[in-house]
Amino acid sequence: MAEANAVLHNPEAGKTREQDLIARVQRGQNELFYELVKPYERRVYAAALAILRNESDAEDVAQEAMLKAFANIRQFRAESRFSTWLIQITVNEALMRRRRERTVTMEPIDDRGEEQADYAPREFADWREIPSEALERKEVRQKLAAALASLDRKYREVFVLRDVEHLNIQETAEALGISVASVKTRLLRARLMLRDLLAGGWERGWFSRLPFEKGAKPW
Amino acid sequence: MVDEAVNCERVWHEVSNYLEGEVDATLRTAMDEHLKTCSRCRSVLDGMRNVVELYGDERMIEVPAGFGRRLEKRLAQSARVSSKRWSSWSAWLVPVAALLLIAGGLRVAQSWRVNPQRSEHAQPPKGIPPDLTVVVAADTKLFHAPGCDLIHNAQNLRTLTAKQALEEGFTPCPRCLRKYLETSKLEKWPHSEDEFQESAEYVDDLKHGR
Repeated sequence: MAEANAVLHNPEAGKTREQDLIARVQRGQNELFYELVKPYERRVYAAALAILRNESDAEDVAQEAMLKAFANIRQFRAESRFSTWLIQITVNEALMRRRRERTVTMEPIDDRGEEQADYAPREFADWREIPSEALERKEVRQKLAAALASLDRKYREVFVLRDVEHLNIQETAEALGISVASVKTRLLRARLMLRDLLAGGWERGWFSRLPFEKGAKPW
Repeated sequence: MVDEAVNCERVWHEVSNYLEGEVDATLRTAMDEHLKTCSRCRSVLDGMRNVVELYGDERMIEVPAGFGRRLEKRLAQSARVSSKRWSSWSAWLVPVAALLLIAGGLRVAQSWRVNPQRSEHAQPPKGIPPDLTVVVAADTKLFHAPGCDLIHNAQNLRTLTAKQALEEGFTPCPRCLRKYLETSKLEKWPHSEDEFQESAEYVDDLKHGR
């Protein structure tokens, strides 16, 4: 208890709960690890799924990545964000898994040639405002997930790491082992393609807040 | 450097960088000028903003049923194995940690010492300062730092403090307020009595080898 008492009397303004948990797990309080990673478990799963496209593989890799993070927690340095560190481990695990299983994967390899930067938008539907409540609807979430799943791998991975996982451009490039310029080009194309895929849906009313408002009846 | 007006192709090529804040001031001005008069390019920009905002929302991530429970179990198994392998000092830390946690260790946590491995240059992350000046646009749910590129309906902004925005039910933009976001979420943990209870039960399970 001497150690605990010593630290109790060392007040440190601005100390966050996460830093505290990291320090305690690093000192051997293993049972606190789940509490530490719980806020990120969904993002870890999403990163694995973006790369593997198979739910059970993604879950397995997400668990493996968490175990790896646990085993290496003492190497974590507070200069980087913990969430970024976790996502990078996950991406690494998922890429290794895919390389190992490439012979049986069904997805075509789409790494031929450099990405084309000259993709032009095709859809000019007015899509200004989205009610964020639209995400409460399963149907909308499914449409969005399907649109994302339809992207080629190289676009999907960059998009997920930047726009779903909120890594920055540099971190995305490092996690995938590609250049910053490639990240920017792929990100542009992924965002344009998703916009094209979804802008039509906006016109068809997927995102409508009140589909039957203004007295219009669906029958 | 761009000295004259940009055309649509140039705008489409740069629109993603524009949202990232990665175009220089001259190009940004030229793009802004173009966007004022070109409805097609505006629809591209607005749509791309929507894409970034929708997919950036955590609600978009669906995990299989029982995912968290299975992960927790696997980690607990690993923690037990790891504890056994370690020297005896770590074994007594488990009940001590459990006691600390159950007996209001949350408060203890906030005064805990900085991780000795932290760089002296690293700044402790802070929550959103309540008096931070933020803006909200009509009919949206997010509040932003002024100048954020993800602001919808940017002509119709209202300025207020972060505290007021939170009180009015707005949520922080995950892009421009990112530096505050994760820590502010964490500072609020546990979100509920249930969550605290869940954590205490988890530690209890560990103690009894369940």
